[in-house]
Amino acid sequence: MNRAARTWHGPAEALLLPAGALAAALLLFGLFVWFGGVSPVDTWVLLFKGAFGDAFSWQNSLQRAAPLMLTALAVALPARAGLTVIGGEGALVLGALGCAVLPYSLPGLAGTAGSVAVLAAGALLGGAWVALAGVLRQWRGVNETISSLLLGYIAIALFKHVVEGPLRDPASLNKPSTLPLADSLRIGPIMGSAGADSLLGDVHWGLVIGLLLCLAAGLWLSFTASGFALRVVGGNARAASLVGLPTHRLVVLACALGGACAGLAGALEVAAVHTAANASVIAGLGYTGILVSFVARHNPWAIPPVALLFGGFAAAGSLLQRRLGLPDASVLVLQGFAFVFILAAEALRGRLFQLQLPALARPRLVARGAAA
Amino acid sequence: MSADGWLDLLLAVIGGAVRVGTPFLFVSLGECLTEKSGRINLGLEGVLVFSAMAGFGGAYLSGSPWLGVLLAGCSGAALALLHGLLCSLHRVSDIATGIALMLLGAGLAFYLGKSLIQPQAPQIPSIGLGAWSSSPGVQSALAINALFPIGVALAGLLAWGLANTRWGLVVRMAGDSSDAAKALGYSVNAVRIAATTAGGFIAGLGGASLSLYYPGSWNEGLSSGQGLIAVALVIFARWSPWRCLGAALLFGGAGAIGPALQSVGISGGYHLFNAVPYALTLAILIASCSPKQTIKGAPMELGMGK
Repeated sequence: MNRAARTWHGPAEALLLPAGALAAALLLFGLFVWFGGVSPVDTWVLLFKGAFGDAFSWQNSLQRAAPLMLTALAVALPARAGLTVIGGEGALVLGALGCAVLPYSLPGLAGTAGSVAVLAAGALLGGAWVALAGVLRQWRGVNETISSLLLGYIAIALFKHVVEGPLRDPASLNKPSTLPLADSLRIGPIMGSAGADSLLGDVHWGLVIGLLLCLAAGLWLSFTASGFALRVVGGNARAASLVGLPTHRLVVLACALGGACAGLAGALEVAAVHTAANASVIAGLGYTGILVSFVARHNPWAIPPVALLFGGFAAAGSLLQRRLGLPDASVLVLQGFAFVFILAAEALRGRLFQLQLPALARPRLVARGAAA
Repeated sequence: MSADGWLDLLLAVIGGAVRVGTPFLFVSLGECLTEKSGRINLGLEGVLVFSAMAGFGGAYLSGSPWLGVLLAGCSGAALALLHGLLCSLHRVSDIATGIALMLLGAGLAFYLGKSLIQPQAPQIPSIGLGAWSSSPGVQSALAINALFPIGVALAGLLAWGLANTRWGLVVRMAGDSSDAAKALGYSVNAVRIAATTAGGFIAGLGGASLSLYYPGSWNEGLSSGQGLIAVALVIFARWSPWRCLGAALLFGGAGAIGPALQSVGISGGYHLFNAVPYALTLAILIASCSPKQTIKGAPMELGMGK
């Protein structure tokens, strides 16, 4: 029995496979905590409550989703050009550094223009850093996954060196930091000071920036010539070169844009959350972004909901820790399970509706149908 | 700095090369075996963290470091088995699976290892090769991890086995031409799963070396990229187990520069010196890769450096 593919199969799969994989991951996570003597039902309920239970948890989830959208773009854009770049963490850290350090050399920065300048500095540094991985791959044939990750470790070392050494704020005793950003350079909440009780509360402008960039990236890939060219390169780089597309430039461009997004995420973390560059910036947001991008299948428009979901899980982590005594790494475990299931689900793509029932089950179903 | 100072520094770097290089040696041997069969396992980074935690836990609970080493190997093999199985699925890329395992291994290790951060576990004994000298500096530099000779023996065994045994030939065939392996009736996936799992076991021993010898305790920052450096190191070693040994010592030495300088009182730029192995790896990759041809010695099925 060979069933033909129908038009609704594609979209249905696009929704069912990630949803099924996430459900499987949650189920396995429940089993996992159950072995440790914690009720799985309590865990699931708290995961939901901590993420989307009330206005405060919504604020927390949205706050965490904003940088994840940007670090996910850092994976998604190169991925559409056929590259697996995982240097988002390094670009984010450098972006944070660029944002915090620019006022050292330009002390006159102030106001909106100043804010734009510090954010741009972060984006520029992050973009240049990841573009390097693209350049190395195109011109030297260096595997971009390995090089981007190595560059990430180097970036973190640079960050620590600068923050704990030459540019350390002498007033930061226990936690080495750079000098805090001037008040006028900081990025404030979307609702101003009025919306403390609303859903958005003190969620900062980074959320809007993240949403807009995801939207723009999707438009670029779908509706522009260069976006189309990029997808051709991702589909078949040899064919792209043969028809005369500037493959090298497109690949490096995708890396640079992706890196700029991650750098912007780092700059926003400094300008809107931490106010200075310190170790709090190195929180694994870049790594979670990889997962978000894979779950969204590198589709920029699918990134915001997925980022919200994983931002929510991260927000619920502290609740799991407080109420159930689970270690703070429990969110990491959940993320790991989700990643494994998402990849396994990829094997079913295009075949979900063609699956044959196991031979044993079939006659029984037929028999039951006949009896009814 | 005086001559004595330089001598101390040199000794510290040499001693550090073995101390820091031992985990590199095991992970690169494991990666070498995996890649010989035609797959890349980036997840060895996760394997390393997870097995370091398992080894520490095993040694702490059983009281014997060697049981810990065994447990580390087995847990590494289990995680690598997952990689092997996932990659055998239709359309699942080994690179993406490696990234997933990196996250999963770290998550599981941090979760299960939460209670292990405080206690002290029995350590792997060291072999005092410096007993001939009366200088304590020489003695401490030449006190060698008991796992290191095992690693050297393993490198020899792998080099011999890959070249001279039926099993070695099958692994290399799966890595160089899956068609040839299929034509001879071998299941390419089965060979690769077996090689990945064995590679995970070997890498797990490296994890035990981290938590049971140097630095010798379990904490969440224990492994930071050693598993990934090993991937690059195997490229540098051109997929030869013996050259893996040399490369591991070189990288161990590079990693030991920072702490060695700190021990003689130079602490500026500590973080920068810690980044030396990463920069060295990158430099080696840039120098050895070429967009035009495959790297000499690379298994054909890997698709590296095309």
